[in-house]
Amino acid sequence: MAEHYLSLFVKAVFVENLALAFFLGICTLIAVSRKVESAVGLGIAVIAVMTFTIPVNNIIYTHILKKGALGWAGIPDADLTFIGLITYIAVIAAMVQVLEMFLDKYVPALYAVLGIYLPLITVNCAILGGSLFMVERDYTFLESVVYGFGAGTGWALAIIALSGIRERMKYSDVPKGLRGAGITFILGGLMAIAFMLFSGIQL
Amino acid sequence: MGRYKEAFTAPLFERNPVAVQILGICSALAVTTRIETALVMSLAVTAVVSLSNLSISLIRKQVPGSIRIIVEMTIIASLVIVVDQLLKAFAYEVSKQLSIFVGLIITNCIVLGRAEVFALKNPPGISFIDGIGNGLGYGMLLLSVAFFRELLGSGKLAGIPVLTPQSDGGWYLPNGLFLLAPSGFILVGLFIWALRTWKPELREEE
Repeated sequence: MAEHYLSLFVKAVFVENLALAFFLGICTLIAVSRKVESAVGLGIAVIAVMTFTIPVNNIIYTHILKKGALGWAGIPDADLTFIGLITYIAVIAAMVQVLEMFLDKYVPALYAVLGIYLPLITVNCAILGGSLFMVERDYTFLESVVYGFGAGTGWALAIIALSGIRERMKYSDVPKGLRGAGITFILGGLMAIAFMLFSGIQL
Repeated sequence: MGRYKEAFTAPLFERNPVAVQILGICSALAVTTRIETALVMSLAVTAVVSLSNLSISLIRKQVPGSIRIIVEMTIIASLVIVVDQLLKAFAYEVSKQLSIFVGLIITNCIVLGRAEVFALKNPPGISFIDGIGNGLGYGMLLLSVAFFRELLGSGKLAGIPVLTPQSDGGWYLPNGLFLLAPSGFILVGLFIWALRTWKPELREEE
């Protein structure tokens, strides 16, 4: 049983890396990867938010939205999947707000580091994408916890590695028109090729 | 009229949402392996961004600043649900291929970005035009990327064989890498390079 979850975790981190295989959260990946320091901050924030929101959305999906899930309320025919999108984004926005207040009160040191990145995360498509993949693949609750943590870790890994390469870029002579965004995309492409080597890994 | 024309044409090149403002990249890369999906995605985004600009601009004087983000998100999410349901009803095959990326229009930064930057400060008419312009600027880049990826990756354009692949007795050996994630990144990088060589004022110093 444990192997199943370990395999799911490794798959979420490396093989199905949200940033490099599914292009999710690229806007933030390009914008906030100038310095390793800020990349680490944002990476940790994404791990925290995904580990919370995906299981919460899983509970809402299996017990309220899914076809026939409202049987306990006496309406077994209800199929509410069409309001899924608006529910998930509301849950994400609310969870980010709660996490922000919690960190502010109990872990002020971490709040000082993550503070400015937390609101940004609401519109990071990796977070919503994670929830949508969870629904599409019909994960159980425990699987969704592992998947949320793994997908967040994979995204954090991608942004930290990219920012490390970008910090070294100042020693290279990049053509003028390619500086900034252009070369970052090409770096992302090369990293994606590297991550393709993980495909097919089975535990 | 000049302002309307500018609101429409500026997003096509000088302020292209994808290549210059680096917004909405996620979906731009994921749906561009075929021209058909890229076209449907561009139409969906154009519809959502123009209608959300229009409706947000209409209520811009009634919404207090402190809750505007959540109001905007609600409007955008509702529009995306409508588009998603329409696609499922009338273009089921394409909607299956786009998988989660129709839903992800909600978090497409172009939509929220235009709402914040433009629709909150301008009257409805011009906001609507600005939305269409941005949608088309996004669509243009999507279609250019999809053109190269489909042509080189599978030898077809919009599903019609152009370069006959060797497996069908032709001469072209399809380059499978163009159908995978890395080529999307690299092509967008090259497009940005081309645009900035053509218009040097867009360059950034780092």
